[in-house]
Amino acid sequence: MATVTLDRVSKRFGEFLAVDDFSLEVAEGELLVLLGPSGCGKTTTLRMIAGFTDASAGSVRIRGRDVTHEPPYRRNTGVVFQNYALFPHLTVFENVAFGLRRRRASESEIVERVDRALSLVKLDPLAQRMPRQLSGGQQQRVAVARALVIEPDVLLLDEPLSNLDAKLRHDVRQEMRRLQQLLKITTILVTHDQDEAMSMGDRLVVINSGRIQQIGSPQELYRTPRNPFVASFIGQANFIEGAPSRDGSLFVTRSGLSIACASSPSNANSLMIRPEAIELLDAPAAGANVFPATVEVVTYLGSTSELILRLTDSETVIVTKPASAVAPHHWMPGQRVFVRVDPASAVGIAPM
Amino acid sequence: MVRGTRFWERLRRITFGVAVAGTFVFMVLPIALVLWLSFFGNEILSLPPEGYSLRWYSEIFAQRQFISGFWTSLEVALLATACGLLVTTPASFALTRSQFRGREAFLQLLMSPLIVPAIVIGASLYMSFVEFEVLTGLPVVGSVWGLAIGHILITIPWSMRLITANLIGVDRSVEEAALSLGASPLVAALKVTLPLIWPGMVAAALFSFVVSFGNLEISLLLVTPGQTTLPIAILQYLQWKIDPTIAAVSAIQIAVIGTGLLITDRFVNLAKVVQR
Ligand SMILES: Nc1ncnc2c1ncn2[C@@H]1O[C@H](COP(=O)(O)OP(=O)(O)OP(=O)(O)O)[C@@H](O)[C@H]1O
Ligand SMILES: [Mg+2]
Repeated sequence: MATVTLDRVSKRFGEFLAVDDFSLEVAEGELLVLLGPSGCGKTTTLRMIAGFTDASAGSVRIRGRDVTHEPPYRRNTGVVFQNYALFPHLTVFENVAFGLRRRRASESEIVERVDRALSLVKLDPLAQRMPRQLSGGQQQRVAVARALVIEPDVLLLDEPLSNLDAKLRHDVRQEMRRLQQLLKITTILVTHDQDEAMSMGDRLVVINSGRIQQIGSPQELYRTPRNPFVASFIGQANFIEGAPSRDGSLFVTRSGLSIACASSPSNANSLMIRPEAIELLDAPAAGANVFPATVEVVTYLGSTSELILRLTDSETVIVTKPASAVAPHHWMPGQRVFVRVDPASAVGIAPM
Repeated sequence: MVRGTRFWERLRRITFGVAVAGTFVFMVLPIALVLWLSFFGNEILSLPPEGYSLRWYSEIFAQRQFISGFWTSLEVALLATACGLLVTTPASFALTRSQFRGREAFLQLLMSPLIVPAIVIGASLYMSFVEFEVLTGLPVVGSVWGLAIGHILITIPWSMRLITANLIGVDRSVEEAALSLGASPLVAALKVTLPLIWPGMVAAALFSFVVSFGNLEISLLLVTPGQTTLPIAILQYLQWKIDPTIAAVSAIQIAVIGTGLLITDRFVNLAKVVQR
């Protein structure tokens, strides 16, 4: 049974439809990511699950129980806010103990469970500190411990890493994923950072302007995006306009190139090719999908290099390669090369 | 060019300094003057003083009305402060934490004692009290409770301002965190919000006390013959005599309020709370 179910949930603010007809399920122990650009409705969705915001339509179920009209304090969700929202007047220990005290746990049980939660996030030495005496990363861990200690049915995280610096964010991301898998806790994470989404999520829900675009595993979304928004939001993508051949095995571009492709809906109007799925060759080679091209721009980006290649007068593609693979070739703008497109990673995309 | 901007910058600073100093003198001078006068030796107020003495302070104790007025004022002010906070705190929560029909009207109603002249409030309260007495036979006019009710009215706008400003300053997500951890809205308010707005409540209590303790107009209309508050006692004394006794009484009043301010400031940073 799904732990959290959204059934045709919508949220209206006046005339504005912030969340438009969301249906999704989160399985037991799964980490589901809500991913989308700023203002697309991620936080609103999370708040409707936590009960801070009423849904305008549809229903929310947690462990099969309809909680649509339940107040937040009867939903048993653990929430980690973007700004952590620690209680500034309570010690770290009392912050974490707050939920247990509301549940009237005995003093000995409180001490035991708080200690366990704090050592889980490696904060046991700081139990008697006040929140203002903690670094951002430590505050974030207190917030996580406070949400976990009540053994919530679902853990809700709203951009929990966005206030941390880049290095720390990477470490904390790993740490949170480890914790989540260790405790097998059903989790919904909100982010607009696709790296974070890809590295942490079991499944991703891509949202744009209040509508779900696609739900799937990171691999599915990356390999077979359903529309141009998903394709460009998850990783980089080249789009070449054209139409599929009748049997769908070829995609014919505007300027007449025929590219063999994996799949193509009959109404596809563009072909998506990932920048790293294009192979660069110095000489023509046998086999399908080899095309001549001209190097236009070469940009070094540290560990990778990015090349812009012109296929025809009206069509260019971006190719990324490890810098080590590019350096020996000394490719220069204007140079003639050949590209080979892996048919398995060329995907026809229908308009939105 | 550079010299020019420097000149204007200096002029700006000097003007600002003069304005601040001027305001300060304007505010402090009357207080300083009263304190000074209270130590004058001569009975007829005139400058320069003929000498200094403490006799006016001992004179106060000879005047029964000052002593009883002081106790009545203190009693009423404490009562009005406590009851005022009991009313304004929940009202401020309602105003800042929920949307309801007539919210604006409710706010205006609570702030209206600032706009309606106190003498009008006093007069209408007096008439209502008399009606009430006729109906129920309970004595309200002339009771400490009657006075306190009038004073609560005028303390409300002050504590409303302070408490709502502090409530607006509390991060809503902290309250939501409490809710998600299983606290009902009441428990969240008591365990999380109240401790966070504590400084504002202390400041509100202090302002209420000061406003009530110094009030003359409302008290004038609500006391009965023989009953008096400190400001009324001062007024009545002034009607037939002007000597430094009045200055001495005022000095004591200033001392009471000043002590209140200093004690409060030890617990909460008043400047910070009031700025919100
Ligand atoms: N209380 C509200 N009243 C009116 N509009 C709101 C309210 N809350 C959110 N919105 C609107 O709903 C939309 C979705 O907001 P939401 O906070 O869910 O976005 P988000 O996806 O979390 O964005 P971000 O990544 O910037 O946090 C936004 O356009 C926002 O302006
Ligand atoms: Mg958000």
